[in-house]
Amino acid sequence: MIKVFSYTSLINSTHLPEPKKTNPRFHLTYRQSEALTGFVMAAPWIFGFVFFIAGPMIASLYLSMTRWDLFTPPRFLGLDNFQALLTDDNTFWLSFRVTTLYAVFSVPIQIAVGLALAQLLNQKIRLLGMFRSVYYLPSVLSGVSIAIMFRWIFGTQYGLLNGALKLLGIEPVSWLGDPDIVLFSFILMSVWGSGANMLIYLGALQSVPTELYEAAEVDGAGSFRKFFKITVPMITPVIFFTLINGIIISLQEFQTPFILTEGGPANASLFIVLYLYRHAFQWFKMGYASAIAWVIFFYVLVLSVLVLRSSKAWVYYEGSLKGRGE
Amino acid sequence: MTTLSLGRKKNRQRADAIQKFVIYLILIGGAVIVLFPFLWTFSTSLKTPDQVYQIPPQLIPNPAEPSNYVRVLVERPFARWMLNSVFVVVISTIGTLLSCSLAAFAFSRLRWPFRDKLFLVLLATMMLPTQVTLIPTFILFKELGWINTYFPITLPAWFARNAFYVFLLRQFFMTIPLDLDDAARMDGASHFQVYWRIILPMSKPALGVAALMFAQFKWREFLAPLIYLNRTESLTAAVGLRTFMDETHGTDWELMMAANILFMAPVVIVFFFTQRYMIQGVVITGVKG
Repeated sequence: MIKVFSYTSLINSTHLPEPKKTNPRFHLTYRQSEALTGFVMAAPWIFGFVFFIAGPMIASLYLSMTRWDLFTPPRFLGLDNFQALLTDDNTFWLSFRVTTLYAVFSVPIQIAVGLALAQLLNQKIRLLGMFRSVYYLPSVLSGVSIAIMFRWIFGTQYGLLNGALKLLGIEPVSWLGDPDIVLFSFILMSVWGSGANMLIYLGALQSVPTELYEAAEVDGAGSFRKFFKITVPMITPVIFFTLINGIIISLQEFQTPFILTEGGPANASLFIVLYLYRHAFQWFKMGYASAIAWVIFFYVLVLSVLVLRSSKAWVYYEGSLKGRGE
Repeated sequence: MTTLSLGRKKNRQRADAIQKFVIYLILIGGAVIVLFPFLWTFSTSLKTPDQVYQIPPQLIPNPAEPSNYVRVLVERPFARWMLNSVFVVVISTIGTLLSCSLAAFAFSRLRWPFRDKLFLVLLATMMLPTQVTLIPTFILFKELGWINTYFPITLPAWFARNAFYVFLLRQFFMTIPLDLDDAARMDGASHFQVYWRIILPMSKPALGVAALMFAQFKWREFLAPLIYLNRTESLTAAVGLRTFMDETHGTDWELMMAANILFMAPVVIVFFFTQRYMIQGVVITGVKG
C-alpha cells in the first residue's frame, strides 16, 4: 500500500517544477512517461472512437453514395441517393414534416410545462420530494414501456382516455387511427414526460440569487413580473441547453412511433428515423438508408447551429459584459 | 387607521391561502395525471381477458387475476428476457465505468500530446446522432458473425462508446486537488496506482451516479437489441415486450401489461432508493437520465 496523505510530501509537492527523475528501465523522462500513460489510459476511448465512430462515419458517407442490398457488391452512384431523396421521395418529405412538426410543438411545450412545474415546486411546499419524484418518474422509464401504456390508453373502443371523455359526453376519438389526430396524440404523450426538464429547471431556479427578488419587491414588482423579468432571464442558459437537447432527442424519435403506430395511419406518424429503419432493416437498402442518416445529421446540425446563433440574443450569461453596458 | 391595516393584512392572508390552495390543486392534479397510466397498467395486468374489454372499465378488477404474472414468466420467456437484460446491463456498466474513468483520468490529470484537441473531438461525439454510425456498425458486427450474440450490445461500452460518461467523470475528477497525485507520486506511486487507489475511491459518488444513469439507459435500450438479436430466447426484455403485440391474433393486453409492470419494476425500485443521487446527478450535469 502507498501512503496517500503523507504530510511532508504534501507540503513539498508543487505541480509545476517536475522532478527530473528518469525511469531506469525504459529511459523515459518524467514527462515522457506521463504522456505515455496518458495515451495508454485514453487508448480504449481512442480505439472505440476510431472503430465505432470515425470509421463507421466514413463508411457511412461512402455507403450513402452507393446502392447496396447487403448481398451483391455496392454500386457507386455518386450523389444520386441524395438527389432522389430530396427531389423525388414524397414519403421522405412527409416524414420530414411529421418529425419537424412534432419537434416544433413538443419541445417548447415540454419546456413551458417543465418550467411551470419547477416554479410551482420552488416554493415552501409540503411533500416537495414526493411531487418531484412523481413528476420525474416518467423520465426514468423506457420509451417502450410508456408507448405500450399509451397504446392501451389511446385505444378507440376500450381506451381509458375515450372512457373518460364519454363521461363528459364527448364522442370517442380515434387517437391513433386518424391521420389528422395521431401527431397530436404523440405531442400529448410527450408532455406527460415533461418532468425531466422540471428537474433541471428546479436546480437552476434554486441558484438564482434571492437578492434580485428582494430588490424587485422593494421596487414593487409582482410575482408575474418577477418571473418574467428575473427568473426566466437568469435561467436562460439552462433553457437554452434543454432546447438544444430537446431538438436533438425529438428529431431522433424512434421507439415511440415504432411501438405506438408503426408509422401509421397513412404514414401520418412516420418519423424520419423510422423511415430510415424501414429502408435499412426491412428493405435492406443500405445505401439509401445511409443517405437518410446523413440528412438527419445535417438537419440536427443546422437546427443546433441556428439555436446557438440565436442564443446571443436571448441567453444571459452571468459575468459576460452583455446587458451591463460598457 | 389600525382597522384599515388589519383588514389589509387579513385580505393579504386570504389571498396567500387561496394561492397556496390553487398551487396544491395544480400539483396534485398533475401528479394524478402522471400516475394514472401506471395505475391503469397495473389494474389491467390483474384482469381476465373478459374484464379487459368490459365497458365501463373497472379500475379495481374483481376478481383479480394475479396468475397473469405467472403466465408471463412461465408460458412466455419473459423471465429469460429479464435475465438477458440484467446480463447486458451488468457487463456493459462495468465496461463503461472502467473505460470511461480511465479516459477521464487521462483527460483531467495527465499531460500528453493532442489531449485538448482530442477532448474537443470527444465532446463533439456526444452530440452525434447515432444514425450516422448505425449501418456501418451493423455491417461490421454482421461480418464478424456477431449477429445473435451479445457482443454488439456490450462490447462498445468497454471502449467508452458513450463519451458522455467520460465527460461526467472528468468534470468530477477536476474537482480533486492535484496535490494528492503529486504527494502519492513522491511516495513512489505510479500514475495507474494514483488512478486506482486514490482517484477512484474518492470518486465513488460520481461513479455511482454514472453507473445508475448508464444502467438505466442500457436497461431500456431498444434499437440495438432490435437489430442485433432475433432469436426469441436471446432477446432483451425491452425488445421482448413488443412480442406481446400480435396483429393477427389480437394483443393479450393483460399479459402485456403484466410484463410491462415486471419490466418497469426494477427501474422504479432502484429509482425509489437512489433518487437523491440520481436527482443530484441530473441537476449537476443537466442531462436527462
